[in-house]
Amino acid sequence: MDENKHIGQSVGIVTPQVAKFTEPFTFKCGAVIADYELVYETYGMLNSDHSNAVLVCHALNASHHVAGTYADDPGNVGWWDNLIGPGKPVDTNRFFVIGVNNLGGCHGSTGPKSINSGTGKPWGSQFPVVTVEDWVKSQTRLADRLGIPQFAAVMGGSLGAMQSLQWTISYPERLRHALVIACAPNLSAQNIAFNEIARQAIITDPDFHGGDYYERGVTPKRGLRVARMVGHVTYLSDDEMANKFGRQLKHGKLNYSFDTDFQIESYLRYQADKFAEYFDANTYLRITKVLDYFDPAFEHGGDLTRALAPAKAAFLVVSFTTDWRFSPERSREIVSALLDNRGDVTYAEIDAPHGHDAFLLDDERYHRLVAAYFDRIGVEVGA
Amino acid sequence: MSRNGNGMQRPDFAAIAEWVRPESRVLDLGCGDGTLLKYLKRQRGIVGYGIEIDDTRILACVRNGVNVIQGDLERGLSDFGDHSFDYVILSQTLQAMKNSERIIKEMLRVGLEGIVTFPNFGYWKNRLQIARGHMPVSDNLPYEWFNTPNVHLCTIADFERFCRERRIRVVERKVLTHGKTVGVWPNLLGALAVYHFGNDV
Repeated sequence: MDENKHIGQSVGIVTPQVAKFTEPFTFKCGAVIADYELVYETYGMLNSDHSNAVLVCHALNASHHVAGTYADDPGNVGWWDNLIGPGKPVDTNRFFVIGVNNLGGCHGSTGPKSINSGTGKPWGSQFPVVTVEDWVKSQTRLADRLGIPQFAAVMGGSLGAMQSLQWTISYPERLRHALVIACAPNLSAQNIAFNEIARQAIITDPDFHGGDYYERGVTPKRGLRVARMVGHVTYLSDDEMANKFGRQLKHGKLNYSFDTDFQIESYLRYQADKFAEYFDANTYLRITKVLDYFDPAFEHGGDLTRALAPAKAAFLVVSFTTDWRFSPERSREIVSALLDNRGDVTYAEIDAPHGHDAFLLDDERYHRLVAAYFDRIGVEVGA
Repeated sequence: MSRNGNGMQRPDFAAIAEWVRPESRVLDLGCGDGTLLKYLKRQRGIVGYGIEIDDTRILACVRNGVNVIQGDLERGLSDFGDHSFDYVILSQTLQAMKNSERIIKEMLRVGLEGIVTFPNFGYWKNRLQIARGHMPVSDNLPYEWFNTPNVHLCTIADFERFCRERRIRVVERKVLTHGKTVGVWPNLLGALAVYHFGNDV
C-alpha cells in the first residue's frame, strides 16, 4: 500500500437494512416506547471471531448512509465515503463497518415522523426528547442483534464523536478504540445560543403547529431553512467563506433590493432549500437538544476526569485548527482528562482551513492519520 | 528518523532506559517518531506519552504504536497536572528551545524527576572547529549555522552551574562519545551529556 495516498475504491452499491426491536425502550427523560426500528448499512465482512466491527456514529444531519451509493440513486454518495471503503483509511477489506440512523432521526429509523404503533398516528410532538446516552444504548441493541460483543472501534465526528465518547463511558467493555473527531466535552453558551436560534426559527414558523404538522399536510420549511442557515455558518471558518465567496456579487451589481446581492446569500439559500426538502423539523429540534444536553462531566460535579474514569478504550482525538464551533481547546480538555486517567490517547491537531466541516473533507494529513491508526487497530484485532 | 541523524538506536536511549524504573509513567517532550517511548515500553514496561509538534512525526508515532499528543513545548505543559509523571524526558531538544529555563522548570513541575540529553558544546572537536574559525558541525550537531534549530547550546560545565544556581539536584550523569561512556574530563572529551535530575529536597 502506498503510505501517502488513500485513493481506494467505493464500497459500490449498498442497501439499507432495518432492525426491528420489540422490547420497550426507556429514554433518559423517562419516556418509554414499546417498539422501534433502526435503519442501518454495513460494509465489508464480519470476521469469524467478530472482532473487526467498526461503528460509525453520525452527526447532526447525516444518516446511516455512510459509504457507497444506491442503485436507484447513484448520485447519493455516503457522507463519509472519502474515508471508508476498500483501500481507504477505514479499509472495508479488513473491517466490518456499520452506519446507523439514530433514534429520533428522519432517515428511516423511528422518529417523530414515524407512526406511533399505540395511536396509529405520527409521533410528532409526542416523540421523546432524546439524548446521546439514549442513542448509544439503542446502538448496543443493534450490536447485540448483529452479534458484536465488542467493537474494534467506534468513531464519529462532531455529534458523532460525542457518541463515541459516551460509548467509552457507558459501555467501556464493548469497544477497543474510540475515534473522537472535532468534538467537545459539552456545548459552550455560544453553541447553545446558535441552537436556540435554530429552534426558535422552527417553533415560531406558523406551519409548525406545536410539532404536529404531518397530518395538516404542511411542514415548517421557513423555520427549517433559517435553522439550517445559522447552523451552516457555524460549520465554516471565516477564512473559508472569504476564500469561497468573499464579496462576490450574484449578478455583478448591487440590486438595491432584498433579493440576493452576494454569492454567499445565494449559497445559503440554496443549502437551506435543499435541507428543508429532506429534513424533518421535529428531528432537527431534538438533535439540537441532544447536543445541548451532552455533558458527561455534569453528573460528576463538572469533573471530566471522573466522568471518563470508566473508559477502557484507547483514543484517537483529532481537532482542526480553524474549527471555532468545537475548537482544539475543547478537544484538549478531553485529552487532558484522559491523561489524568492514564489512558491510551493520541491527539492530533490538524492545520486545516475548513472549520468544523473539516472532519468530512479530504485532507491528506488527517486521512493518513486515520489510516495509520486503523492499521494499528487491524493488527491488534487480527483484521 | 531519529532527530540527530545517529540512526535508530541513539546512544542516549540505553542510558535513559537504565535509569527509568519499570512500570513508571514517562512523558517524552519532543518525542520525534516515538522510538524512545517504544524502546522504554519494551525494555521497562512504562506507560508513556510523547509530545510532538510535527505532523509527520505524529504519524510516525501512530505507526510505532506510541501515545502522542500534538502540541508546542514552547507554550509550556499546561495540559499536564503537577507531578503527574515519574519522569519527564527532554532528549536532544533542550538546545532547540527558545525558553530553555522555563521548560526545565515545567519538567520538574509535571514530573517527579527529569532526564535531559544535549550535545556538549565543550567537546574538544567542537572547540577545535571554533578555534579554526567555524561553527561546529558533527554527528551531534549536524546543522550548519544558517539552518540550525539549535538556539541555546551549552557545555556540561554550563548545565551544571545552571542546576547549582537553581537548586536542581543532579541524580546521575552520563557522558557519551560515539556511544561509549567518558570517564575523565567529560566537558572536553564528551560529545553527548545525559542528566537525571530532581527537585532539591
